[in-house]
Amino acid sequence: MIRVQDLTKRYARTVAVDNVSFEVEKGQIVGFLGPNGAGKTTTMRVLTCFLPPTGGEAEVAGFNVAQKPMEVKKRIGYLPETPPLYPEMEVIEYLNFVGRLKGIPKAQLAERVKEVSERCNVADVSTKLIGKLSKGYRQRVGLAQAIIHNPDVLILDEPTAGLDPKQIIETRELIKNLAGDHTIILSTHILPEVEQTCEKVIIINKGKVVATDSVENLTSRLRGSESVAVEVSAKDGELPAQNVQQRLEQVPGVSRVVYRTARDGKLRFEVESLQGRHIRPEIARSVVEAGWNLHELHPVAFSLEEIFLELTSSDKSAQASGATQ
Amino acid sequence: MTNIWIICRKELKSYFASPIAYGLMAFFALISGYFFYAATAIFVSRGMESQMMGRPMPMDVNEWVIRPVLMNVSVIGLFLIPMITMRLFAEEKRSGTIELLATSPVRDFEIILGKWFAALLMYIAILAVSALNILILFAYGSPDWRPLLVGYFGLILQGGCLLAIGTFISTTTRNQIIAGVGTFAICLLLWVLDWVTAFETTATSKVLSYLSVVTHFEPFSKGVLDSKDIIFYFSVIVFGLFLTARSMESLRWRS
Repeated sequence: MIRVQDLTKRYARTVAVDNVSFEVEKGQIVGFLGPNGAGKTTTMRVLTCFLPPTGGEAEVAGFNVAQKPMEVKKRIGYLPETPPLYPEMEVIEYLNFVGRLKGIPKAQLAERVKEVSERCNVADVSTKLIGKLSKGYRQRVGLAQAIIHNPDVLILDEPTAGLDPKQIIETRELIKNLAGDHTIILSTHILPEVEQTCEKVIIINKGKVVATDSVENLTSRLRGSESVAVEVSAKDGELPAQNVQQRLEQVPGVSRVVYRTARDGKLRFEVESLQGRHIRPEIARSVVEAGWNLHELHPVAFSLEEIFLELTSSDKSAQASGATQ
Repeated sequence: MTNIWIICRKELKSYFASPIAYGLMAFFALISGYFFYAATAIFVSRGMESQMMGRPMPMDVNEWVIRPVLMNVSVIGLFLIPMITMRLFAEEKRSGTIELLATSPVRDFEIILGKWFAALLMYIAILAVSALNILILFAYGSPDWRPLLVGYFGLILQGGCLLAIGTFISTTTRNQIIAGVGTFAICLLLWVLDWVTAFETTATSKVLSYLSVVTHFEPFSKGVLDSKDIIFYFSVIVFGLFLTARSMESLRWRS
């Protein structure tokens, strides 16, 4: 559905997007992840034909953005970071205007407007002035605007930025519901959002794609070794952390033990295994045999956050991106 | 064509949804009403004078009232135009709605023409207020309506070309005030260029005077339709809109 090949966008002094390539299949939700200023918005603007690329190619629904912009624009719905709203218009008036602008025939307009305002939960404010709406409603009107012409591709630039937690959940649900009918690219710098809504992640940093993979693959590939959180306490009296640490280090398959905290006599450790070893049963046995209480024992999954930091801050980024290509 | 109309209607709506349209109309009604009153008063007192002298002279309403009023209206137009055009693109750039327009299946020239037509219709609506005054003349006298029509045609052409320039200036900034002040400066310049002919008759002064929009309006105010003035106005309109198109294109390369 979307094919980007060696895309480069250069501004006067800076390179915003540098040789980016990726593909998105029909019906997928793809998360575009990166810190602020990584080039997410620029890439999206190229895809929506707002900016022309400096080099490389981008194709949406089989049409090249540079050569057939009108065809691309007909098939794309775009919600920029700040929803493009006219405060002096009523919601229904605005949706009518956008609908006409996107080329919906007059006869179908009323029906489409009704449909999207129900889908995006803005039907109850349809006769209110946009300037008087709350931020959550504005965001939803923005989303309604993006889907009004039933586009094949939906491009959402930080759709949950600035919303309160309840609105964020609602917006995510809405986006999930839209998948299937539409191919969606959404950008964000919030990691849990990607974990919750997207099937595929494209991590971008300083204008370059650092990794492209499904959420699960990315987590497991980077994990490699298992990391386990352990909490123990003595049956009675004091338990020196050093004793526990030494004992845990002797468990076969353990590569590293880190002492975290002590609270109410409970000591917390983080244990890392060697590559490909399952150490949880061994740890449990070892702790119990020593006569201590085992309060907690669970694997610590690498969150996308850690993956992200790993990929964007260390020299591992080169290996990781090499592995994906 | 439909796209131009969609944009144009949206612009007109936003003029009338805000106090801008009503404010400008009220301001214009006041000033043009004052000039109309002054011109009529002069006309009446001159008429009385010539009768008291004992040798009444035929006096033409078109010559004494309509022409000076139209000339004044054309100058007032210079002050109104920046207020009409300043928001056209500057506001869209500031609020980010330009992204909606630029990513919709609409061509740049459709957006530009739509906005310019809306501005022109707004300007015509304002001019219509002054026509009310002149209609009063028909109730008490018998002015010739043809030169009046030509005069208004000229006003619309003159407005159209200043609006095109204003539209262009509005694309260069995201600040309405800067767009307004810039347009006002250019309008003023295009008006006073004509003054050089008062103290100089060199070739340069002829060129400068030719560039002045007001010079070209004078024949219209007399009821003369001259193709050279019409061509001048049309070429400025086309030039202004062409610059707007180039400027909009450059937004995409720079932004």
